[in-house]
Amino acid sequence: MRNLRITCCAILTVCVLATLTACAGSGAHTRSELPPRHSIAELKDEPFAVVHDPWESFNRHMYKFDYYFDKYLFLPAVRGYEFVTPVFLQDRISNFYNNIAEVRNFTNSAFQLKGKDSVKTLGRFVTNSTIGLGGLFDPASKLGLERNYQDFGKTLGYWGVDSGPYLVLPIFGPSSVRDTGGLLVDSGITYGIYTLVDPFRGADNEFAVTAGIETLNAVDTRHQQSFRYYESGFPFEYYLVRFIYHEKREIESGKAGKDQSGPQ
Amino acid sequence: MQRSTTAHGLPDTFSPRPRAAERVPAASGRLVLGLLLASLFCAPLKLWAAGEYGYPIPGAYEATILGTPGNLKPELPTKMRVRNLVLDIFPDRERPPIFFYDDGLRCTFAYQKKPAPLVFLIAGTGASDRATVQITMLKALYQAGFHVITLPSPTNANFVISGSRTRIPGDLYQDSEDLYRAMEVAWNKVKGDIEVTSFNLGGYSLGGTEAAFVARLDRERKVFNFKKVLLIDPAVSVFHSAARIEELLGQIPGGSGKLGAFFNRMLYKFSEFYNYGNFVGIDNNFLYAVYQEKIFSPDEAAGLIGLTFRINLAGMIFASDVMTNSGYVVPKNKVLKVGDSLFDYLMVSSHLSFFDYFNEYFFPYYQESHPGVTREQVISYFDLRSIEGYLKSSPQFGVMANDNDFILTAEDRDYLKGIFGERAKFYPRGGHLGNLEYKENLAYMVDFFK
Repeated sequence: MRNLRITCCAILTVCVLATLTACAGSGAHTRSELPPRHSIAELKDEPFAVVHDPWESFNRHMYKFDYYFDKYLFLPAVRGYEFVTPVFLQDRISNFYNNIAEVRNFTNSAFQLKGKDSVKTLGRFVTNSTIGLGGLFDPASKLGLERNYQDFGKTLGYWGVDSGPYLVLPIFGPSSVRDTGGLLVDSGITYGIYTLVDPFRGADNEFAVTAGIETLNAVDTRHQQSFRYYESGFPFEYYLVRFIYHEKREIESGKAGKDQSGPQ
Repeated sequence: MQRSTTAHGLPDTFSPRPRAAERVPAASGRLVLGLLLASLFCAPLKLWAAGEYGYPIPGAYEATILGTPGNLKPELPTKMRVRNLVLDIFPDRERPPIFFYDDGLRCTFAYQKKPAPLVFLIAGTGASDRATVQITMLKALYQAGFHVITLPSPTNANFVISGSRTRIPGDLYQDSEDLYRAMEVAWNKVKGDIEVTSFNLGGYSLGGTEAAFVARLDRERKVFNFKKVLLIDPAVSVFHSAARIEELLGQIPGGSGKLGAFFNRMLYKFSEFYNYGNFVGIDNNFLYAVYQEKIFSPDEAAGLIGLTFRINLAGMIFASDVMTNSGYVVPKNKVLKVGDSLFDYLMVSSHLSFFDYFNEYFFPYYQESHPGVTREQVISYFDLRSIEGYLKSSPQFGVMANDNDFILTAEDRDYLKGIFGERAKFYPRGGHLGNLEYKENLAYMVDFFK
């Protein structure tokens, strides 16, 4: 009897110990960390490609979300679209949406009081909407009226608003606090104009038509972008994308290259 | 800006036209520092007489950075029969959480409906299967009726994670074995879908050197019996070519230890130039202006090439360190998670030179499996000269390279010309890979495999 009790205790102890060691063994993180051979302490240099990114952990998770969204939803839709649509038609569709986006380019050139650019953009819009058959073709570029991309984020930057922290948005991807605000304003203006013009007034399925046009717009936008999350295989891709996004915006809104933070 | 076209056709549509990537910038292809590197120029353009080689950029550094002007590239197909292959080469391999997206070795496969020759293409240092030049070569060959499979470089993190047996890149023999295994797995995956009339092999830069070693392995294993093998801008000695790229960083003030400050200074210069002009965006016109106005000196252009090399190397060092838990730049036993900042690791890794990697990380590992080997011996192994007998006796080889490629010495060039004779095609300019997308070069490559 006593032997049995000892045996039971022994088995129980072994089980508990086994569970504990299994826990310890299953996660490498419970092994103690040892300092690496090279660390940041030994550098005597400025850091480079620095972008204000206090929400990096959130952003990295969102970057991952965007990757999965692309992988399982967005890109299959784009591939399907590219498969069934002849290249000629794809280009017409891209031109069509790019032409509608001239409204955003125009309003923002105007907000920045850039008279010449506004007139050019308006000229583009009128030319491509008429000679270009409702925006399907782009004769304006051949006439020297180049596309001048503008948005409200850039307008804010132009008037001195700081970009604020870097922000990775769901679906839209890399952005900043300022540019996210700009995106909302641009969407509001587009929606306002759309409501005013109401091109499908009286159509039988007005909602379905509108939804279809918006979906095609999203698919076309992604179709025009060659970027794929994690495609480079480079482990520091996040920083490369962050840097390029941020710096391109800063330079184009005229904020980089003339402040005090430049090299002495 | 004036929209003019010069006599030799340098265009207003300079460099590949960026797609409308305003919201999400492109970061793929050659791992360039986007803004800075696409836009350097230091010497005026010359006009080349008719009948002469027409690639227009004379300086080696400028050519390397700028590549080929858009209108001097051939028309390439926009729609292809193409598939992304993800190869599960080591099914039991565990991947740490930060590499969650890496589900196998990635290759790109373009195929014909009719029987055709197949070409494998190996990428250069750090590059993936979808690097810009890889895809350009794939398109040119596809257009000419070939099946093509592009592979990442063994120095690309994807290869380190999913294609390398040891997860420690740098051993030319081991890396070639890994490449050969990857080719076999890729071939097994697609052989039911296509008909192949012959197997061929090409590679650029480090990938060119590796192609020679892979071909040599094939002579023993006889899986593919490669009919033609093209080495494009190859290194003769991997160690010495890497050393020559490292030297480029020596020309920046304070040396390579100050590459961060150098980066920031170059960025400032670039931004400042934008502010002085009346530009509508960082587009072709702006980049052309940077090119014309000689914003960066030759030393600075050299420094930027060295910096790009270091950033590529940083990705390789970090991936290898994480995969082997070596405690080199990441604390040993640390498990990095998706949300963890890796910024310090980028800084530390990019400040490590190729020599640091070789001496502190690679060589001690190599010595474990090759007791008694000396550093000098290892350097001499990773050299085309070490397989000279094989190269001389094999008529299937060809070389395409440039006289002003800075990764080669004059001695290296003479060596390649001596070994391959007429099968070594040397162009007068193009730097390192700068003219690879030029129409004449692509035509030469396609003809070689025909």
